[in-house]
Amino acid sequence: MGRLEGKVAVITGGASGIGEGTVRLFAEEGARVVIADVQDSRGQKLAEELGPVSSYYRTDVSQEEEVRAAIAHAVKKWGGLDVMFNNAGFGGVSGPIESTDMAEYDRTVGVLLRGVIIGMKHAAPIMKSQGSGCIISTASVAGVGIGFGPHVYSAAKAAVIHLTKSVANELGESGVRVNAICPGGIATPIFGKGMGLDPEQADLTVDLMKVRLAEGQPIKRAGLPRDIAEAAAWLASDAASFVTGHALVVDGGITTGRLWSERQAAGEQRLAQFKLPGNV
Amino acid sequence: MPRLQDHVAIITGGASGIGEGTVRKYAAEGARVVIADVQEGRGSQLAEELGPQTAFLRTDVSDEAQVAAAVDLAMNRWGRLDVVFNNAGFGGVSGPIDELDMVGYDQAMNVLLRGVFLGAKHAAKVMKPARRGVIINTASIAGLQSGFGPLTYSAAKAAVAHFSRCLAVELAEFNIRVNAICPGLILTNIFANGMGIQGPAADAALKNIDAAFADWPPLGRSGVPEDIANAALWLASDEASYVTGQAIVVDGGITAGRRFGEMGERIASGFGIDPAAFRAQRGG
Repeated sequence: MGRLEGKVAVITGGASGIGEGTVRLFAEEGARVVIADVQDSRGQKLAEELGPVSSYYRTDVSQEEEVRAAIAHAVKKWGGLDVMFNNAGFGGVSGPIESTDMAEYDRTVGVLLRGVIIGMKHAAPIMKSQGSGCIISTASVAGVGIGFGPHVYSAAKAAVIHLTKSVANELGESGVRVNAICPGGIATPIFGKGMGLDPEQADLTVDLMKVRLAEGQPIKRAGLPRDIAEAAAWLASDAASFVTGHALVVDGGITTGRLWSERQAAGEQRLAQFKLPGNV
Repeated sequence: MPRLQDHVAIITGGASGIGEGTVRKYAAEGARVVIADVQEGRGSQLAEELGPQTAFLRTDVSDEAQVAAAVDLAMNRWGRLDVVFNNAGFGGVSGPIDELDMVGYDQAMNVLLRGVFLGAKHAAKVMKPARRGVIINTASIAGLQSGFGPLTYSAAKAAVAHFSRCLAVELAEFNIRVNAICPGLILTNIFANGMGIQGPAADAALKNIDAAFADWPPLGRSGVPEDIANAALWLASDEASYVTGQAIVVDGGITAGRRFGEMGERIASGFGIDPAAFRAQRGG
């Protein structure tokens, strides 16, 4: 039996990247999934491929009415809502602080933070009345440490982590668990899109990113959407029934600090400079 | 297929509490397990119950030769070592800092911190040449925030969480993952033992501990050993193959903060408003 047998999930940003990986794993594990995204053709194609256990619903997460409708779609079609995965995102506005375009700022925070709050808001009443449910939000290592993403993206992701803890505190008493996942460098089209490529071109950059992201962290490979999907499946399953208010980091160790081999090399270099005998 | 098929694990403190729960979980998922503990009666009884896929070895984790012997047992009997769960612990010395008994301090630190170093050291000796392995350490929410345990226990657990991060970086290139788990309030004998109650009397006191704890976490129940065993299972499995250097918190939400609405109710009561009436008015 699948680990998510009988559960109903809404996954925002479900048409590509981490969201798509999670849609696929959830479906494999027996869940029924609403793929909520703005990428119509990709979302529909994925829903067709997976069959009647999934359903695509066009959803701009920054629009409250659209999120409410996506959740209502799940409830109407499958009778409840067990998992809300607030995952839709993009790199957003970047550049030095003094040249931040405030319209772009609003659009970025609108998706990355407002979208998460709206998802939580509309999942909560259904889950409270069920007395059960699980809300998962995609934060980022950019919300934990500095230097993993643009300013606004990083700040919004830190806000998602703290929002997660605060809402976990409220909804725990209603039997609803609320957690975040902080992915590290995951090979998805987000980087290509951030460089201004259109979705099809950005897809072609995923293999490149697998190579580019392989060396940055102690575990010498790029993260894959499946890595995050596995974390989401665990959080959504009953195995995690005492886990709430947690920001689960899945990053191959990148936030643990500087690479061991780099530190060794730097130490040897210092020794050589000081002309000291002996080993590090 | 079971999720730990063919795996070999050593679980320190495996005879009771969180350790026992994890021994049972791992065995059910196909692993072969060395139960390393100082509680001989409980440990050998558990090994008998679970049969030849488990073995009990009396192990004081603060004694290097005994930890090395546990690793030897796993390697000699089953030829590999996939998981070491450094879990043995106890509440340790308590009381105000100015009265701290340094013998008690040494005892607590030797088990809670030195024991984790020793477990990792001897695990690494066999995992590095095999270029694979998982080390899991039991830290605690007491290592993340103050107020969840005695001072020495709390400081040791903070050290365990940071040790796990640092060691993860060193061992990553050998494909060895290192993580900690931070349990919240879990129904085990650690609390009764800390009050001087041992053995069957401690088992019987679990319901008192449950009554004391159940309404504290936002999720509204006490934790059970299986909650931690589930996290240890996930971390040991390939599903967590990109997770290293982390401290996974399994606490029913206690460290997420104060119970929702408590602050508002306190303020309301300061104005002479009945907290129950305030709750009703707020509609929570």
